Amino acid sequence: MTEPDAEIVQFDNVGLRYGTGKEALTDISFTLYPGRFYFLTGASGAGKTSLLKLLYLAQRPSRGLIRMFGTDAITLPRERLPGFRRRLGVVFQDFRLVQHLSAFDNVALPLRVAGVAEREITKPVDEMLDWVGLADRRDARPATLSGGEQQRVAIARAVIARPDMLVADEPTGNVDPEMALKLLRLFESLGRLGTTVVVATHDVHLIRKVPDSLIMRLDKGRLSDPTGALRYPPRRSPPAGEPPLSAAPRDALDGQPLGFSPA
Amino acid sequence: MNGTGLIGGSRRGEPGLLPDPRLGSPMPWVIAIVIALTVIAAASGLGLRNAAARASADLNGGVTVQIVTAAPTDRNHQADAALATLTRFPGVVEARRVAQDQLDTLLEPWLGTRPGDTIDDLPIPALIDVRLDTPATPERIGALLGAIARVAPAARVDGEAAWLTPVFHAIATLQWLAGGLIALLAMATIAAVVLAARNALAGHRETIEIVHMLGGTDAQIARVFQRTAAMEAAAGGIIGLFAGIVAIVALSRQFSALGSGMVGGAMLAWTDWVVIALIPAGGVGLAVLTARLTVLSALRRML
Ligand SMILES: Nc1ncnc2c1ncn2[C@@H]1O[C@H](COP(=O)(O)OP(=O)(O)O)[C@@H](O)[C@H]1O
Ligand SMILES: [Mg+2]
Repeated sequence: MTEPDAEIVQFDNVGLRYGTGKEALTDISFTLYPGRFYFLTGASGAGKTSLLKLLYLAQRPSRGLIRMFGTDAITLPRERLPGFRRRLGVVFQDFRLVQHLSAFDNVALPLRVAGVAEREITKPVDEMLDWVGLADRRDARPATLSGGEQQRVAIARAVIARPDMLVADEPTGNVDPEMALKLLRLFESLGRLGTTVVVATHDVHLIRKVPDSLIMRLDKGRLSDPTGALRYPPRRSPPAGEPPLSAAPRDALDGQPLGFSPA
Repeated sequence: MNGTGLIGGSRRGEPGLLPDPRLGSPMPWVIAIVIALTVIAAASGLGLRNAAARASADLNGGVTVQIVTAAPTDRNHQADAALATLTRFPGVVEARRVAQDQLDTLLEPWLGTRPGDTIDDLPIPALIDVRLDTPATPERIGALLGAIARVAPAARVDGEAAWLTPVFHAIATLQWLAGGLIALLAMATIAAVVLAARNALAGHRETIEIVHMLGGTDAQIARVFQRTAAMEAAAGGIIGLFAGIVAIVALSRQFSALGSGMVGGAMLAWTDWVVIALIPAGGVGLAVLTARLTVLSALRRML
């Protein structure tokens, strides 16, 4: 899908202003490469969520250039948005689960949207739910799940279709440290499969848990270390269990047209 | 994309994108009323069309030329001359002298005896049946009379069904009325579906945004609403068709009790019944199309 060394995302002097207020993001320039793990840090209100919204195409910038998957994302015609979004996995800060669907159906949603056959959905979704520790909550509605459980459903949904880029907004904010570590390992293994991972967090401990990660820091809407090449030193032993990503229906998705599906 | 798993309703055990987005509980009932009224209007329109077809056949057929003069030879001369003129006259499809035998037979019940047998010089008019290629309007009749008056001064020309002309016009007007009514009812359907679809969209806005974010297309989302619109319109359509048919059967009973020939011409042919039976399908199609266009245009305003 993506050339090994071609950049997957490129921001050039991007600014974002909500309404007529002052800019929430100013002069943002950076490049993301395939298979790399990026942390986006910064205090609350620094603009992390705003930057991620630009990344997952939920918001258009007020100025600047954004290229994604080798295409100008700003002038992207509306009918090509679905194809781009199917290449993205997003963990929203507020989860954004579909309230009337069970945990299973929420996780299955990206596969269904992509037109994956029903018989190819059950197994990977169940395995993913098992990995995030929700096998026994498979049929529960989001409203009956705890914050941490909802977050894990949101994460499972974001990674199930093996996206080219995973964008996660404070994805471990509601889970215990042990689960946070497990989820990080999930993200890392996704990265090893070629996915670019962008995780917004203000948890420094979390960042230390991922050697080889690159860090971007937001401060009042400006990116410090704009090269994004700051490497965190501590090395750790490789994770024990492999997440069940190899079982995800990558091939089934590869066969899907990523563009606009005609009616 | 065949859409099986994606849109498949919970009914079939397959979870959909949205819970059945009820377009609003009054929807099937509004559709039922509209379809019932459309069925009645269509039945009236089709019945009137049949009656008009019958009437216009009469109008087209009908001109009678009578040569009313007492002298038999003169009558014959005038009749022959009139016939010759009529045959050449533009717009005349057929002109035929009604044979004396035939006339005698026709008159027998009135005179009590065959006129030829007894009183040969009873002034029975000579009759010529004329068929025109267009309705026998007063203008055309006047033109005919003008043409034959020179050769047959004793000629009188009557449109056989001239009295039907105003009726014919009234029928045409009523047909337009029925058509206009159906157009209005179609507009009412569109309005009802647009309102219901917008309402349902607003109720599912959050889910729609999520599906968008996961790469769902407008068409995928619209299909969910189309499906609901189709089911609700079909339910309403069947009820409306049934009610409408009950109404037209009752109406036609009342009319045939009048025993008028005109009403006989207004009977519905089996093809008319097929058209009427297809009205709910038309309603479903209109509802689905309206739901689709409404949803797509609303979605286009979202990012
Ligand atoms: N939808 C919005 N409308 C107006 N202002 C917003 C909106 N979203 C965020 N902001 C503002 O933009 C700034 C950055 O917010 P956000 O991106 O949520 O920061 P973070 O995720 O780092 O906490 C804040 O000042 C916030 O108030
Ligand atoms: Mg935030």
